[in-house]
Amino acid sequence: MSKEVETMMIDAGHRNDLGHPLDYRELNRLIREAICAGEERLVLMNVIGQRYIASATSNPNTRIEIHGTPGNDLGAFLNGGTIEVFGNAQDVTANTMNDGMIIVHGNSGDITGLAARGGTLLVKGNSGYRVGIHIKEFEGVGVKLVIGGFVNDYLGEYMAGGTILILGQGVEDSPVGLHVGAGMHGGRIYVRGPVEKHQLGPGACLAEMNDKDFKTVDTLIDQYEKAFSVEIDRSIEYSKIIPLDSRPFRGHYDSTTI
Amino acid sequence: MKPIVTIPEKYRPTIDHEACIRCKKCIKACSYGALEFKDDKVKVAKGCVACVRCVFECPTDAIIVNELPKQFAPHAVFSPEIRRSLISQANSGGVLLSSCGANAEYMDIFNDILLDAAQVTNPSIDPLREPVETKTYLGRRPGKVVVDDNGKIDLDASETPIVIMDMPIMIGHISLGSISYNAQAALFRAATQLNILAGTGEGGLHNDFYPMAKNLCAEVASGRFGVTSHYLKEVSCVDIKIGQGAKPGHGGHLPGEKVQKLISETRMIPLGTDALSPYPHHDIYSIEDLQQLISVLKESTEYKVPVGVKIAAVHNVGAIASGIVRAGADFLTIDGLRGGTGSAPRVIRDHAGMPIEIAVSAVDQRLEQEGLRDKVTLCASGSIRTAADMIKCIALGADVVGVCTSAMIAMGCTVCQQCHRGACSWGIATQKPELTSRLDIEIATQRIVNMFHAWNEELKEILGAMGIDSVESLVGNRDRLRYIGPNPRIAEILDVKHSGEGWG
Amino acid sequence: MDRDYLQPATLSCPQASRVFAEQSYVVEIPDCHKPRMGSCGIAGCINIDGSLISGSKIEKMITTMSERENGLGSGFVAYGLFPDFAEEYCMQFLFESEEAQAETEELLSHWVYMIKDEKVPTFPQRSMTPPFPLVWRYFVRPKKGTEVYIRTGLNEEDYMVRLVMSINETIPGSCCVSSGKDMAVFKGSGYAREIAKFYDISRYKGNMWLSHSRFPTNSPGWWAGSHPISILDWSVCHNGEITSYGVNRKLVEMAGYKCTLLTDSEVVTYLWDLMVRRHRLPVTATAFAMAPWYYKDIERLPDNERRLANQLRITYKEAFLNGPFSILVGRSDPVTMIALADRKKLRPLVMGVSADGNSVYAASEECAIKSVQPDAEIWATRAGNPAIVKVGEGIVRRGTEDPFLGAI
Repeated sequence: MSKEVETMMIDAGHRNDLGHPLDYRELNRLIREAICAGEERLVLMNVIGQRYIASATSNPNTRIEIHGTPGNDLGAFLNGGTIEVFGNAQDVTANTMNDGMIIVHGNSGDITGLAARGGTLLVKGNSGYRVGIHIKEFEGVGVKLVIGGFVNDYLGEYMAGGTILILGQGVEDSPVGLHVGAGMHGGRIYVRGPVEKHQLGPGACLAEMNDKDFKTVDTLIDQYEKAFSVEIDRSIEYSKIIPLDSRPFRGHYDSTTI
Repeated sequence: MKPIVTIPEKYRPTIDHEACIRCKKCIKACSYGALEFKDDKVKVAKGCVACVRCVFECPTDAIIVNELPKQFAPHAVFSPEIRRSLISQANSGGVLLSSCGANAEYMDIFNDILLDAAQVTNPSIDPLREPVETKTYLGRRPGKVVVDDNGKIDLDASETPIVIMDMPIMIGHISLGSISYNAQAALFRAATQLNILAGTGEGGLHNDFYPMAKNLCAEVASGRFGVTSHYLKEVSCVDIKIGQGAKPGHGGHLPGEKVQKLISETRMIPLGTDALSPYPHHDIYSIEDLQQLISVLKESTEYKVPVGVKIAAVHNVGAIASGIVRAGADFLTIDGLRGGTGSAPRVIRDHAGMPIEIAVSAVDQRLEQEGLRDKVTLCASGSIRTAADMIKCIALGADVVGVCTSAMIAMGCTVCQQCHRGACSWGIATQKPELTSRLDIEIATQRIVNMFHAWNEELKEILGAMGIDSVESLVGNRDRLRYIGPNPRIAEILDVKHSGEGWG
Repeated sequence: MDRDYLQPATLSCPQASRVFAEQSYVVEIPDCHKPRMGSCGIAGCINIDGSLISGSKIEKMITTMSERENGLGSGFVAYGLFPDFAEEYCMQFLFESEEAQAETEELLSHWVYMIKDEKVPTFPQRSMTPPFPLVWRYFVRPKKGTEVYIRTGLNEEDYMVRLVMSINETIPGSCCVSSGKDMAVFKGSGYAREIAKFYDISRYKGNMWLSHSRFPTNSPGWWAGSHPISILDWSVCHNGEITSYGVNRKLVEMAGYKCTLLTDSEVVTYLWDLMVRRHRLPVTATAFAMAPWYYKDIERLPDNERRLANQLRITYKEAFLNGPFSILVGRSDPVTMIALADRKKLRPLVMGVSADGNSVYAASEECAIKSVQPDAEIWATRAGNPAIVKVGEGIVRRGTEDPFLGAI
């Protein structure tokens, strides 16, 4: 018999005497205390810009539902558990995420997934500039970022590992901006739709999809469909972007003893 | 045909074949292939960098390393170094790399500053017989203690996260990757034994080192290598690295050949790929973004450890420092332009930034003018070579000094400026197992401990001579310094009187 | 010049107090010889029942220690001096000229209501070096509710501090030497007996007196830089040299005080005002911050006291007065005498109490006490441990107790 999971509700829109909504320090303290006390399912209502929610959370059983607009650095250093946002997320979501899952039923801002090395981030809608910058993988496991709509420039800059999938829903032409994969030296970017060579940054190149790639993409789309209860047309052609080299600037320096 | 011109050799070992016993230790010692054994003799090949490992290894003192004549016709403007660099760039088309700190004599101001001592009007103190304290705190200070309505002091409301050190010294951030496992182990062990802090550098923290975490300051650099919630929570303080004095405005670049299993595990990146640190933090494009990173680190560590920011000394350092303190930094590190590096473009290393002497005084003065100086710990680094430099730097305004190169010299480094080539013959700045095994952790630890112990004793001697019995009364006490250098304008900027000027 | 003791460049330099030193009252002081330090004598007496003490008593105490002075400065402060004007701030001035006085009065008229003003009688001695300052006293009340007052955004006491700082910093030839209620400072350049005669100290009666005689080692003295150094009702007589002066000055300047008197003792006064009045610290905690225990001794304290001791050392490390000192500190409401020596006990300080227990004394040397109270019981405070005596309450601390009695 499965255990009945209790839900703890926190109203982040609760105004203090000055009319300000709950301070992020207070909200995050309440969340930490609840997790510490063994609460596994938290629902945050009326969230309005509170930053750093659930940063460094580690318990894989924790599930935090957020209604409203969480502030920057949502789920920074996340190390386990699931965060689900019913609304848009602001900038730097999943900063240096190590493990766990973040699901955004809306858009996310700039620098989504900065330096993340594990876990999964699913964004139903669009995302901003420098998505997946400097993401990594380690011992064969890397972070997975799936963006349902389009993203802006510098996708996967400095990328050292991990997987990015851009689904391009609702986009006619290319769903990615310019300078894609600038300085990329690991990992892979899949774009459901066209990517021209001029869109690539230094160090990145286009490559053919192979069976393994299709398998990876299918698994991620399954996750996406399940998370957002939608269906994705899988017949559209993919563009795959990989690094030219794991040592992109090998020849840039001169070590001669002067 | 490649357009290559051979650049004249700079150094050449000379072998005294009479004294030589053909043991070949020197040949094994040379990691640059500058010595070979031919015709039953040690012969000199090309590539000597004057690391002098062979000199130290030779059991019969049969080797001398000479600096060769410049090989260029003298010219007052185009020095031999400039000509060498131009020839090299014409060969390679590359950005010239170097390592260790800036290599330009004119930047030294410490040597132009003299210390005061007590005579008659107050007594000097004998540190061997009366206490002279060097305990130092790192972290944000509350400015005042909280007193409740009944006039009682509220301790819980007054205390802030603070790290206690037995000396005003922090071994600076040197990452695993830029130096070997053994070298970092020795630095960390020495810090633990001395009860001071050591920086992890930006390369994460190896599992073996977690037991020493209470004496470690975890660096969070733009690459976020090895940065996990565990890493942040175990250490005693967290340092956001914005810049480094040797290469202000520049990122980091650990070449793929150094990213072997050990480094890959610690940095949590794939084997063999370049470990690139972006030039900026991509979540910091402005001061309010810095506040955001400081805050998220405080949230993630539940407000239990001080969070600091390290910047390179650049021209507007005073204003930047004040912004950083206002953004919530608990401690602030300024790294001067002579600061060390495992690899930096020579053009930045030698030409960008400002000397730590000027920077630390400028920051101290600025924070004082803005009423912030009693809230924050100020660390200064960038070629603090000796106890004398340390003392002058503290009197110019630093609470704590960061030291790297001198600690490396204690381990064996001879400052040959080849760290970026990864072939350090002393087993320090290399990842090659046959070289790293040369560094004995126990011995290196003891040597670092000895050196800093001596520094601290020298600090006490100087404090005692000044009639000061605790180091905090020297911090920013520029009254006790005098300038004796060639440029009085520097004295003015340092807020230090000229030698010969009295109290009033 | 003089940047050490003045403001950071952005805060504009004072011209005022310089004038005393350079032009008027001391002969031939080169710029590079501004006074700074002293090895001096200090003395104080207080009557616990509040009964009045004639100025001749303190004069006798301080002149008994004539070996400790060299004629380059002395001063007295009396508390309980103006019972008829106990609610007004008594601002006592040294003016170099009538112009300086006029300029000062013009400024005062914007800041305060003038309740009464009077010339302080002075009697220049033949042995002293002219010229002599005009000494004037004003009983004032802050002009609360005026635009000037509101614009400062300060409370009444900080407003008065601002006024004093601003006069001393900006009006040449004008120096406000005391500004507290029911008290006044009498000081100048000369031997203690000369200054006592110059002001005819014997004509005044107070329930507490502190006094100072000076032996400035590095340079000649000057009128405004003599002790006691006073702000509001605080006054400090200081014997010693502060080796941490550059550090201490930072803290008070960050808090808005202006160091214009060119003497290290000035920061001590401002530190007391900052920490006890503005930060509301107990006197014991303040004294501990100024003369803290060694860390190895702090380790032996019980838990909470150890936490407090460490917190005070961390928070107020700029308030730590390093080097040799003994100080007498006075304040009113209730009239209080605090006596404190440095943590290494490098300067002398003895306490005494009369056989009837009503008169308490502090001095550099026992002879000063015995000269006026032969039956006194003498004791010494411990290094870094304050003795506190209050009118109406008695000897609150002898300076030999636990460091934080009653602070936490």
